[in-house]
Formats: sequence, structure tokens, C-alpha cells
Amino acid sequence: MQLKSLKKRENELANAKRQLEILSNGIFKDEELPTFRTKLAAQNQFPLRPKTLEILQINVGYMCNQVCGHCHVDAGPDRKEIMTRQTMQQCLDVIKQTGAHTLDLTGGAPEMNPDFRWFVEEATKVGIKEVIVRSNLTIITANKKYNDLPEFFKKHGVHVISSMPHWTEGKTDQQRGVGVFNASIKALKMLNAVGYGMPGSELKLDLVYNPSGAFLPGDQTALEADFKKALLSNFEIQFHNLFSITNLPISRFLDYLMASENYEDYMYNLVAAFNPAAVANVMCTNTLSVSWDGWLYDCDFNQMLELRVDSVVQHISEFNKDLLSKRTICISQHCYGCTAGAGSSCQGTVA
Amino acid sequence: MDCEIYRFRRFFTNFRKIIKTVLKKTNMSNTYYEPSDLRKFGAITEWSEELGEKFFDYYGKVFEEGALTAREKSLIALAVSHVVKCPYCIDAYTQDGLKRGITKEEMMEAVHAGAAIESGATLVHSVQMMNKYKKLSM
Repeated sequence: MQLKSLKKRENELANAKRQLEILSNGIFKDEELPTFRTKLAAQNQFPLRPKTLEILQINVGYMCNQVCGHCHVDAGPDRKEIMTRQTMQQCLDVIKQTGAHTLDLTGGAPEMNPDFRWFVEEATKVGIKEVIVRSNLTIITANKKYNDLPEFFKKHGVHVISSMPHWTEGKTDQQRGVGVFNASIKALKMLNAVGYGMPGSELKLDLVYNPSGAFLPGDQTALEADFKKALLSNFEIQFHNLFSITNLPISRFLDYLMASENYEDYMYNLVAAFNPAAVANVMCTNTLSVSWDGWLYDCDFNQMLELRVDSVVQHISEFNKDLLSKRTICISQHCYGCTAGAGSSCQGTVA
Repeated sequence: MDCEIYRFRRFFTNFRKIIKTVLKKTNMSNTYYEPSDLRKFGAITEWSEELGEKFFDYYGKVFEEGALTAREKSLIALAVSHVVKCPYCIDAYTQDGLKRGITKEEMMEAVHAGAAIESGATLVHSVQMMNKYKKLSM
């Protein structure tokens, strides 16, 4: 497994434009497969437009203690992009005026942002109903200064959503790096110990499942049952829900697909699994994504492809709810990842 | 002599290139099994709609949750895929197993179950050989 980001390695796929070219050329240019736009148009679902804004997903920085093989952010220890307190304050100002009920903090490892705790504390003060942190789990055990995160999360009622590609060590470490499984198990036990994920507990602990390879996720309910059974019997670990998320063909996962010669088959699978019912609830219709430097995107994937919102308002500092609600959502062929099968979003399946 | 070998090689390389181009133009494969044909499985209904659709309805129903779980049926399908030596089926049910979170150890055990029945089927016929041997021997 690589220990450096695509950006650090100066890989051509660190370039968003190059990724978009790949997603538009070949099988799509030759019309072997329909573009996402054509597919939506055939279902009378083009253009995609936003509904009521419910979730503000904020990427507080691309720095991470892990270098996962499938990461769409190309995050890692060598990524230095980090959100400042000033931009966080702008996000808080926006939350007050939008009525969005959920603040979804992601990264990188969001906990590595030096102002992460301040941000969570301030967000709970401005009346946000739910603060989500997308934790990679291992950060909790990575350094002493993070060991008290479970207590911190509990104090502020933070909803913890953690990544876990499989209930076996081999498959987890294969995707996320050697030692990640054992560190994740330890972190989950620490979260359970303070009440997270326990039956009936209000301290929500959900897991995110990403397939560890070039295949689509199976049935979310069946996977959740298997995860629960295995984690409970093998490690006495409990959690609430499992969200299965399809890997989108961008960044490091795109690099993997191309290097392993799985790209075309994967795109065929995504297109074949296109589900119009999933289109109706894709997350870009109720979520706005904010980058570390305050730019606005329809989702975290578009953020990584540098596809800013198609609006005169593109930065958090000039946020205007009405103008943004009139925009058209930017799409490309990666969007097939969110509409395959039962659909995929940061909250799991959508159809 | 070296020159002849060189000429033959060049002729052979050119010949292969021409064959490849012709096959591509006529949309034909130069192998019996083409991985991308798996995607076209659904097209079998085009030449016999009623039977094709009945087959796919039946196929879909078989793999639903029932007295056996869909997961168990996926493993049975994987084992049978090997026994009938169907590369398309092996491709499809390895992917299906991965989607369901089935581990490689479970998959390999399933294949062994199929292989054991297949070798057992061969070996049990040796009773016939033994009977015949005994009958023909003084």
C-alpha cells in the first residue's frame, strides 16, 4: 500500500481536470455507455435541482493519519490543507441563517484540525440539532492527545460515524493499511465503554461500509446483520446502524480501478445498476459541501473534482440561500456511484 | 537461417495483427470465452423472448431469500459454477460473494465441497470397475 497521497507522488490523477477527462472519454465518448446526463434525461430527471438544505457537510481539512487505498479525498499525513477558525466562523454564521439541522464534519481526519473541538462546541451553541463527525477510528488511539475523544464526543452529543470495510482484519487492513483493524477495534471498545453504540443509547455510533475492491456493496440490511453478529461475537462490540457506501470512481479509487484494469467493468456495473428511484434522493439534493478554504460544492466528491456550485455564489463568505437554491447540480459520470442499486450517500442507501 | 527466422516472425506478427483487426471489425472474438459477454447475458431473450423471460424470472426467484438465505445460495452457486466449469458463473458469483461480504476462506471451502462431490462421483464409479474386474477374473 502507498504511504503517500497521489498529490505528493505527483500522480496525474491528483489533477481534477485529468480525472474529469477520463470520466468523459473512452467508453462514454464512444457511446458504449450513456453519460450520466443522457441517462437522467432519458428518465426526465435532468437537470438535478436541490431541495431544502438539511445538511451542511464541512471538510475541515485533507490531513489524515491514514492513507486508504480507496480514499476519494486523497487524504494523508502529507496533505496540509486545513480549515482556519475564520472559515469555521463563517460556516457557523451560515448555519444560523439556513435552518440546516445537521452539521456533518469530515476530512481527512477531522479531529486533526487544531480548531476541531472549538468548532464542535460553537456549533452546538448555535442550535444545530445534530453534529456528525466522520471518524476513521484509529485517530482515537493514534496519539495520547486524542484518547479523550470519546468523552469529548459524549459531552457534546456528537453523532459518530466510523469507517469499517469488513469485520475481518485482512480485508480491513488491505484497504486501510496495516494495523488499522486492531486500532479500530480498540477505538470502538473505547466508544462502547462511554455508551456509544449501545442498544437504546442516545449516543449514536454508526459504521460505514465501503467495498474493499472493484465491486458494488451488497444489501445494506444483510451486511449490517453480518457485521453486528461478527463484531459482537468476536469482540463484544456494539453499534447502531451500518451505512453501505459505493466507492465512486475518482481520485485514489479511480487510480486503483485503472491500475488493476477494472475501470471499464466497474463503470459498466454502475451504469447497469442505475436506479431512477435513487436519483430522487441523492444527497446533493439536501446537502451542501464546504471545502477547507470555504468554497461551496454540491457534494464532497464534486469538491475533490473541483466542480464548484453552478451559482453566482460560490464561497461560504457570500452565502445566499435563495440564490443557491436556484442552482443546477453539477454532474459527471462519477455520479453513477450514487444512483447504483439501492443508491449511496453519506447516510447510506437512499432507495 | 537467422534471416529466415526473422522473416517468419515478422510474417507471423503481421498475420496476428490482421486477424485481430478483422475480428474487431466483424465484432467477433478470437476466443470461445469473452469476459464482456457476461454483460450480454440478458440479450438471450432477444432470440426467444418467452423462454428467455421465463428463465430469468425463475433464476431471480431461485436466488431470493427462502428456506435458505441468499448468502447460502450464493455459495452453492459458486461451488456449482466450478463443477460445471463456467467462467462466466465463476466471475459472477465471486463478485456476488464479495458484495455480500463472503470471505475468501468461505468461498474456497464452497469450491472444495463441489470438488469433493465431483471427485467422489468419479471414484464411486470405481465400484463398477471393481465389479467388472471381479466378474471377468477367475
